[in-house]
Amino acid sequence: MSESNNHDPNQMTGAAMIVRALKDHGVEHIFGYPGGAVLPIYDEIFQQDDVEHILVRHEQGAGHAAEGYARSTGKPGVVLVTSGPGATNMVTPLTDALMDSIPLVCITGQVPTHLIGNDAFQECDTVGITRPCTKHNWLVRDVNDLARVLHEAFYVATSGRPGPVVVDVPKDVQFATGTYHPPQKTDVHVSYMPRVKGDPEQIRKAVALLTTAKRPVIYSGGGVVNSGPDASRLLRELVAETGFPITSTLMGLGAYPASGRNWLGMLGMHGTYEANMAMHDCDVMLCVGARFDDRITGRTDAFSPGSKKIHIDIDPSSINKNIRVDVPIIGDVANVLGDLLAAFKASGKQPKIDPWWFEIGRWRARNSLAYRRNDDVIMPQHAIQRLFELTRGRDTYITTEVGQHQMWAAQFFGFEEPHRWMTSGGLGTMGYGLPAALGVQVAHRDSLVIDIAGDASVQMTMQEMSTAVQYDLPIKIFILNNQYMGMVRQWQQLLHGNRLSHSYSEALPDFVKLADAFGCVGFRVSKPGDLDGAIEDMIKVRKPVLFDCNVAALENCFPMIPSGKAHNEMLLPAEANDDATAKAFAGGKALV
Amino acid sequence: MNQPASAYFMEDRHDPNETHTLSVLVQNEPGVLARVIGLFSGRGYNIESLTVSETEHARHMSRITIVTTGTPMVIQQIKHQLDRMIPVYQVVDMTLTGRSIERELAMVKVKGSGDQRIEAMRLAEVFRARVVDATNESFVFEITGGTSKIDQFVSLMVPIGLVEVSRTGVAAISRGPEGM
Repeated sequence: MSESNNHDPNQMTGAAMIVRALKDHGVEHIFGYPGGAVLPIYDEIFQQDDVEHILVRHEQGAGHAAEGYARSTGKPGVVLVTSGPGATNMVTPLTDALMDSIPLVCITGQVPTHLIGNDAFQECDTVGITRPCTKHNWLVRDVNDLARVLHEAFYVATSGRPGPVVVDVPKDVQFATGTYHPPQKTDVHVSYMPRVKGDPEQIRKAVALLTTAKRPVIYSGGGVVNSGPDASRLLRELVAETGFPITSTLMGLGAYPASGRNWLGMLGMHGTYEANMAMHDCDVMLCVGARFDDRITGRTDAFSPGSKKIHIDIDPSSINKNIRVDVPIIGDVANVLGDLLAAFKASGKQPKIDPWWFEIGRWRARNSLAYRRNDDVIMPQHAIQRLFELTRGRDTYITTEVGQHQMWAAQFFGFEEPHRWMTSGGLGTMGYGLPAALGVQVAHRDSLVIDIAGDASVQMTMQEMSTAVQYDLPIKIFILNNQYMGMVRQWQQLLHGNRLSHSYSEALPDFVKLADAFGCVGFRVSKPGDLDGAIEDMIKVRKPVLFDCNVAALENCFPMIPSGKAHNEMLLPAEANDDATAKAFAGGKALV
Repeated sequence: MNQPASAYFMEDRHDPNETHTLSVLVQNEPGVLARVIGLFSGRGYNIESLTVSETEHARHMSRITIVTTGTPMVIQQIKHQLDRMIPVYQVVDMTLTGRSIERELAMVKVKGSGDQRIEAMRLAEVFRARVVDATNESFVFEITGGTSKIDQFVSLMVPIGLVEVSRTGVAAISRGPEGM
């Protein structure tokens, strides 16, 4: 852009405003795919070096990459896609980000204003389609609104409960010249006022419950990770101060370290026996930034029947949605935990809970994550354990796809820090992990980024290996290959009379040759004895890797709370023979 | 418990439904009504009545009045879900405050002759409905009042010769000096 002396530097085209706003918000990387309706923006991107654009192979990949980027950094992920199919391909990642509270700013091109509503080429009603899958969205019809809307978009995405936003910009608005202004305090949506500070009276009630608890449990979730590093620090301090046992949802892993003394493991459908039993039998439950999801609660009328429940959440609509709680505290986790901790210390009371720990010890002794060892085939749990042991002490980030491998990763990979674990929890999006790993690697160039994948999931976004090669992103795709959609098959075995309807992949690609074709490195291992060496080799390779780990094909994921059952009716691996399984799932269809 | 084989806990809850009137103050921006309606359809809530109009032009504010039914837990969810929408300023449950006035306006077209016309006029007087259009064989009545009053008036017009009804839906406001 050449500027004459009397030229107002804030006068610029809409396309230039978009790139300028990205810089003003400190954005260093965006993920995207060009097309007709965003060409003016791509032209601006071409003429600058501050914002690096990562060209993906499919818009869904851009969305998940931005999610991985956001989840691993705490910064918003930014996506740029074109109108029509570009926008509709973003629907899955937007929904995923909404469910898991990931801050995304997605800029979509739109057909010129005068063509909107005319069924123009590559036109779709982007704001209409994305309204239910974003925290908020905007269609910008006047270039002079663009700066304000962009700044609002960043504010809405990152404040309160984070989430995805879409800014839809017609092509004529990108070309039009208007006045830009840098972000300012007034660029907040007038009617949007998230509440951060917890009500002191509620905190007082919570402390009264905590100090008199005999069988307490802390149940933490993704909100702790979203709230930032202070939240995790305060959570750890609270656990140390109170001596309470702590469990976490899938999304919250790492907020409290897996090596911590008070750690019970993950809870929920595939959580540990001790975590679920503690939830069921507790007398005081402190829920921190989690939302009583149906994978956590099991049957709601039998969920933790004897407990008083305290619920800290920044989103009032999470309170009393599934489970009635006694002391709701609306506010940001870090903020509320800070006040709660101070009030707890000030009380000078230390609850005596030794008998409770003794009981938990008995549940722990059931060893609910046990599995049969095998010298001939690699057990999937063993593969994750080895991956964990061999990457210990390294700067490692883990992403996953969705299914059995995801649950095994959550059970057997220990996370010590928040932001190290990227998984699709709420929406359960197969194909999330590979592009998410790309996004993580873009943000952390020198770290070890591993996607723990399944053979079915990984094929959903496999094309992004090409992106990894183009940008020299040495992501490691660790595929637990059992040739099945394992979790689908597990449910068919347990609930649909072992009729394995379309859950077997008759024809899988040769992942090693595929890696070669992409210009990556391929490994294949099928003997337990070769596993460690291959994992070590994989870590050493400074290139993208497809690691085809052939595992026991028919292994299932336990422990498990059968649907319609309560936390204390878990099915443990040792008991998961055919009879017990049939009994646990009685009421379902006949089991073979 | 005899639930079908499912990934989800299927529960039949039979908590009694309540009817609540909610006043929602929103920023009058494009798509705001679609957001509110989409929330109700997307989450499976009921809308019995919905009215919307700009109430403060200078500040671009509109007021939406929604009559909805659900269990107490669902009603609470609806209010929270509305309140967290970006363009929503405030949600007030007029039913809970217990001090609100609710009115709708209806226009009721009735066709008839002879005694039917006399009976229609007599009933209109009882209900304080006004005649806003008349021909030799028809009337259009304008009536305001609570939902049940209008329901009652309309049902009385059926045997006389009801042709059609157009209703505004419920508008609500609180009693006393305080605003929302």
